[in-house]
Amino acid sequence: MAQGERGRAASPIRVALRRRARWLHGDTALAVLVLLPSIIAVAIFIYGFIVWTGYISTVKWNSSIEDYTSVGLENWRTLFGMERFRWDLRNLVLYAAAFMSQCIIFGFLIAVLLNQKIKGEAIFRTIVIFPFAVSGVVTGVAWRWLMQPTTGINLILQRIGFTNFDFQWNADPTLGILAISLAAGWQFTGYIMALYLAGLRGISDEVREAALVDGASTYRLYRHIIIPLLMPVTFTAVVLTGMGSIRVFDLVMILAGPAFSTDTLAFHMYQATFGQYRWSLGAALGFLMIFLSLFLVVPYMRSMRGEVER
Amino acid sequence: MKGLNRVSWLLVLVLIFSAALAACGGDKEEKVAGNLEIFSWWTSGGEVEALQAVYDIFSEKYPDVTIENAALASGQGQGGNMKALLETRMLGGEPPDSFQVHLGRELIDSHVVADRMEDLDFLYEEEGLYDVFPEDVIAIASYEGKPYSVPVNIHRSNVMWYRPSRLAEVGVTEPPATWDEFFDVAEKLKAAGIPALAIGEQGAAGGFSGHIFENILVSVMGPEKYRGLFDGSTGWDDADVTKSLEILNRAYDYANPDFANTSWGDINDRFVSDDGPAMMIMGDWTHGVLMSLGFKDYHWTVAPGTQGLFMVLSDSFGLPKNAPDRENAIAFLRVIGSKEGQDAFNPIKGSIPARTDGDRSKYDEYLNGAMDAFKTDEGVPSIQHGAAAKQSFLVDYDIALGELSTNHDVAKVQQLLVDAAKAAEFGE
Repeated sequence: MAQGERGRAASPIRVALRRRARWLHGDTALAVLVLLPSIIAVAIFIYGFIVWTGYISTVKWNSSIEDYTSVGLENWRTLFGMERFRWDLRNLVLYAAAFMSQCIIFGFLIAVLLNQKIKGEAIFRTIVIFPFAVSGVVTGVAWRWLMQPTTGINLILQRIGFTNFDFQWNADPTLGILAISLAAGWQFTGYIMALYLAGLRGISDEVREAALVDGASTYRLYRHIIIPLLMPVTFTAVVLTGMGSIRVFDLVMILAGPAFSTDTLAFHMYQATFGQYRWSLGAALGFLMIFLSLFLVVPYMRSMRGEVER
Repeated sequence: MKGLNRVSWLLVLVLIFSAALAACGGDKEEKVAGNLEIFSWWTSGGEVEALQAVYDIFSEKYPDVTIENAALASGQGQGGNMKALLETRMLGGEPPDSFQVHLGRELIDSHVVADRMEDLDFLYEEEGLYDVFPEDVIAIASYEGKPYSVPVNIHRSNVMWYRPSRLAEVGVTEPPATWDEFFDVAEKLKAAGIPALAIGEQGAAGGFSGHIFENILVSVMGPEKYRGLFDGSTGWDDADVTKSLEILNRAYDYANPDFANTSWGDINDRFVSDDGPAMMIMGDWTHGVLMSLGFKDYHWTVAPGTQGLFMVLSDSFGLPKNAPDRENAIAFLRVIGSKEGQDAFNPIKGSIPARTDGDRSKYDEYLNGAMDAFKTDEGVPSIQHGAAAKQSFLVDYDIALGELSTNHDVAKVQQLLVDAAKAAEFGE
């Protein structure tokens, strides 16, 4: 600060002003100012509307006429009493289990294979990650053709000798949702593979060599060193695929099976809201989906904070 | 450090100003005069050309108006995506100038009762539409005595398309006229390994069964009792509903075996394939589709047991309140209600005009037959196509029939229908 100021009586106001001025000129001020628009946007358009959705789920707006009469938890009671809702939860569990394990197991295995310093690795990597670049709707249509029981996969397998192979795939009235998770897994495995590959590249060769010198078998090397070191990646993969399972919509829209066999929370929400104008019921479903996501997001945030502190 | 900060500040200011400028620019553009935004779900062959024929007439009359054709592919059900987008725009107070909507409850329960539409009494008077549209049609278009949309066409739901060569394979020369006859023929076809009825039920609340079921309902209970299903005078727990469900449930046994994997969009390809089904109950837009596929081996009759009835559905356009270009929208409604507009649209779309004075020479054999039937037969409103019941009921109805096609539990499905009718508050 200016030399001349020294020696003058420092009035409290002046000190405060100077402090403020310093704050204003600092990088913090700039950061706040730059971030302010997005902070405001996120506050209104994400958190504000989450609260609004919660509020709408407690009113009587279940037709095309807006109606803000409070009905308490009536919409929630209706929702929990619906057979369709029980199917949605069942399908969520089945889908999440199948989709997450597919992505993580195959993503990891492919990443390990690609990490063996093979020739043409870039080509294989591109092939595996490519489905991720395809939109869900295109994936859905392609898989619908593949799963057509009289053509597609069934026909191929029947032609090569498995004459009894007659799967109903997505049209199966009980397990159709698993067929949809196949299509989703095909699409998302490449992305998880990329995460693991980056993780594997981050493990230094010294660690491997040290383990091998100490006589660890390849199995023990992965079991006790590499997989534990990749835990943060696995955690990220679980969160990403878990969120994907809660909100799956596009594939279900295209590959829908009979009755509620492939119904999901997101599709139910869409149909209730925009097909039937049951806005309050749709809001309850949306709010529930956010709530379910918290079980994944909160532990993730915590672990992130732990990592930063470390 | 100080210099860098100054540059950063400058950048921030530039960003803020450009954002503000962009916002102002957006405001200005919306007020360009001479626009006409028309919402529809007409995006496939035939439909696009038909709509364009109307636009051409409009542009000739009003060359200064720029038409914005906001067509959105249908998605699930008829116009599912477009209806969802429309609903958000109507709620947000930013309606298009006019939009396609099924004549009847679909418009009335979605938008008229919510006080978002202008009544078109004045337009019907000025254009003399009260005299040229049949009374049945005006009644379906009206709410509390006033019409709310202008029907551009009439489609018939209760048509059965059949392949004479497939029936001939089992020695049948005439298509079945009742459901009993249908099952006799179906049994013969099944013995010969031919699916009797085309069904495409794939898709959430697909609606193909819903289309067949409305035709079974009216054949079993007759038009009076059928109409009563929607004003509360006939209960959905009626024995005739049970009987209708049993007929549909039995029909699945004679359908193409992959009906659960076949979507509504794919069923026509299945119908025309060499090993395709012998019969299909579907609306008369099928005629245009089959022609466009180059298929010749088909003929048509009314759906079993619906002789003398005309299951009506109609596409129409209405006038939303606060339409940004109200005058242009009214001019458009005049064109689509005119004889010229309807005779340009319908031969291409494969439908008959809602007006009774259409120019017969412009329509083909099927459509001329439909025009005759429309004059003499009794009109009944279609459920599946938005004329008889509100949108929310339709979705529940399709969900219930999807359940029937999957689990074949008649009692459970009837209970679902009863619940749906209760939720729809018929007759209250």
